[in-house]
Amino acid sequence: MAVPTQLTPNAPAHDFVRDKIFLGRTPREYFLSLLTPGHAIAAIIILVGLYVSFERFTKGMGAISNLTDANPWGIWIGIDVLCGVALAAGGFITGVIFHLFGMKEYRPLVRPAILTGFLGYALVVFGLMYDLGRPWRLPYPMVWSWGTSSVMFEVGWCVALYLFCQFIEFWPPLLEWLGAKKLRAMAVRLTLGATVMAVVLSTLHQSSLGALFLLMPAKLHPLWYSMYLPVFFLISAVSGGIGMIIFESTLSHRYFKLQTQHMSHRDLDNLTLGLAKGGAMVLYMYFWLKIIGVAHEHQWSLLWDGWGMWWWTEVIGFILAPAFLFLFAVRRHNAFYARVAAVWTVLGLILNRLNVSVITLNYNATERYVPHWKEVAVTVMIITIGVLIFKFIVNRMPILVAHPDYAADEH
Amino acid sequence: MNITRRDFLKLAGVAGVRVAAAGAPASALASVEEFEGNPNRYGVLVDTTLCIGHNCRRCEFACAKENELPTPDKPPEDASVFDNRRRTHADQFTVVNRFPGKSPDAPIYAKKQCMHCDEPACASACLVGAFSKSETGAVEYDASVCIGCRYCMVACPFEIPTYEYDSALHPRVRKCTFCLESRLKEHKPPACVEACPREVMTFGKREDLVKVARQKIARHPDLYVDHIYGEHEAGGTSWMYLSKVPFDEIGFRTDVGKRPYPELTRNYLSAAPLVMAIWPTFFLSVYLFTKRKEQLAKEENGSGNNNHEKEHA
Repeated sequence: MAVPTQLTPNAPAHDFVRDKIFLGRTPREYFLSLLTPGHAIAAIIILVGLYVSFERFTKGMGAISNLTDANPWGIWIGIDVLCGVALAAGGFITGVIFHLFGMKEYRPLVRPAILTGFLGYALVVFGLMYDLGRPWRLPYPMVWSWGTSSVMFEVGWCVALYLFCQFIEFWPPLLEWLGAKKLRAMAVRLTLGATVMAVVLSTLHQSSLGALFLLMPAKLHPLWYSMYLPVFFLISAVSGGIGMIIFESTLSHRYFKLQTQHMSHRDLDNLTLGLAKGGAMVLYMYFWLKIIGVAHEHQWSLLWDGWGMWWWTEVIGFILAPAFLFLFAVRRHNAFYARVAAVWTVLGLILNRLNVSVITLNYNATERYVPHWKEVAVTVMIITIGVLIFKFIVNRMPILVAHPDYAADEH
Repeated sequence: MNITRRDFLKLAGVAGVRVAAAGAPASALASVEEFEGNPNRYGVLVDTTLCIGHNCRRCEFACAKENELPTPDKPPEDASVFDNRRRTHADQFTVVNRFPGKSPDAPIYAKKQCMHCDEPACASACLVGAFSKSETGAVEYDASVCIGCRYCMVACPFEIPTYEYDSALHPRVRKCTFCLESRLKEHKPPACVEACPREVMTFGKREDLVKVARQKIARHPDLYVDHIYGEHEAGGTSWMYLSKVPFDEIGFRTDVGKRPYPELTRNYLSAAPLVMAIWPTFFLSVYLFTKRKEQLAKEENGSGNNNHEKEHA
């Protein structure tokens, strides 16, 4: 059977929960099916995370973090926010490729990427609950207290609007799952507008995250500080996003065999290699932009000490090298190399964001920051929750598989 | 519209700091570019050559008392307080540090607190506009809107704002207030200035203090380096310093530059509306171009099927 039972349309109302939530099983069968080693590990991670969360909201973030007056930002900003947003860029990239550039063969990758993006951003906001001193005031900059001179203001507004945009883009699979055909038809009509808005907002906030660091000319190491930081962040988010689409579709193909069986390995390989071309081009452009950044500020002399070596490690080791591997994969028509390059690119993006926000920020200060294990516990919990929600949705909604009623449709 | 000048400054953010100059400006742009700040704003000139540090630190104690902060841990006579370089913390808005001078028996002491920038980095960083430059000269912080992102702390070139990390529900950014509410508004000097037995600090209008500082340097070129720290640093600050040795030797950052920090992000922010205007047109054009190509290809194949176009209308 090609289509899982939960996708059967027009189920009787009393079977709704059993059909939609328990995947057509009885509650007992369903909960027994959840008892796997993977879920056990996830449960432990979440329990530890909940304990740490309890401490956070009873004793303050000082009790669970190594954040100090000298180092106010740590991995919650460096990984949860900066990497989270950049690696969720796949949502808008597939939107552009499919809806605007009209490359219809990428259709199977659109919904997973939009779901990954939507979840990614939702989790960024969730992560902010730990890092913000008073997270319940998150709506303040939206509603009545506008700090219009702040780059952070732009970040806040764009991320909030973009989250809404992605929610709209997520409606079609959601409404197909619920069997609401008319609403779904209306939602589909919003897709083009949402896609264009998504590009605008992504351009703005991906670059804004880099622009945040324009205010730290004396604190950020000069090899990482540049007036081009906004451009670096935008371009690297595109390459990182492409890397994530490849990485995520590879994992989906492996772990959601039922939902991806309509797509042959060869089809996926071809799409992967198509993305690899894009990845190679973007990374190559990014490499030259990084060189231009150094040239523009005449910083060649800085490239030969320890920090200089670290810069080369990032730029040659994690930008140029995966670019060449992508190219090699395309030449050899070998999707495996493209997948290795994709993971490599993602690691490079994480390295870059940590370099800018943690490792080379305050490079000349006496007090350096190393994350507390409880900070790591929060971050790991957030990622785990993301994976679980992704799995929950993919097992139920038409994300990896087209809904039979709308299979001929273009969305 | 009933709007006070202070509200206006908050609302207008950085640009607002420079707008609202006395007198009618020739054009809107001129008013933004040429406003020099309130001419009557206050400042403090700190002459580090006079500070005795050990057995004193009365500024620290006075500050704690005035702002209802805990009394500093170590008493004035305890010299071990100078063993480590200290910075401001949530329960201490000012600290005196010791630096080796030209000879070991003549160390130099320097007090640290908020510099009260004319164009503060913290104010341009804050996404809820919690910081504003008061016309008195003080940089004010409004905890009632603060969401606690701590961007102000990362942005401040002088490493001044601190945070109440141990408060679970009501953490605030904490920093020197220039004793704005209790003193400055009544044109009185801040508590630390008044407490100093050596008159290290001179309180007055910033304009006058610059002149005083210049005179001191001119009269005693042997006693001072020819530099008023804060006159131009980060676009100018209300608190300014004189020193016998180069400022980097007594713990001051000399890499902050002379540009006002808000200028670092101003150009970037003004690009945002361009993206909002140009990008939709550009990407919709790409979309229409692709559609047209598809349609032409279809017509060539002789299979004019309109179903798909309807979906995209």
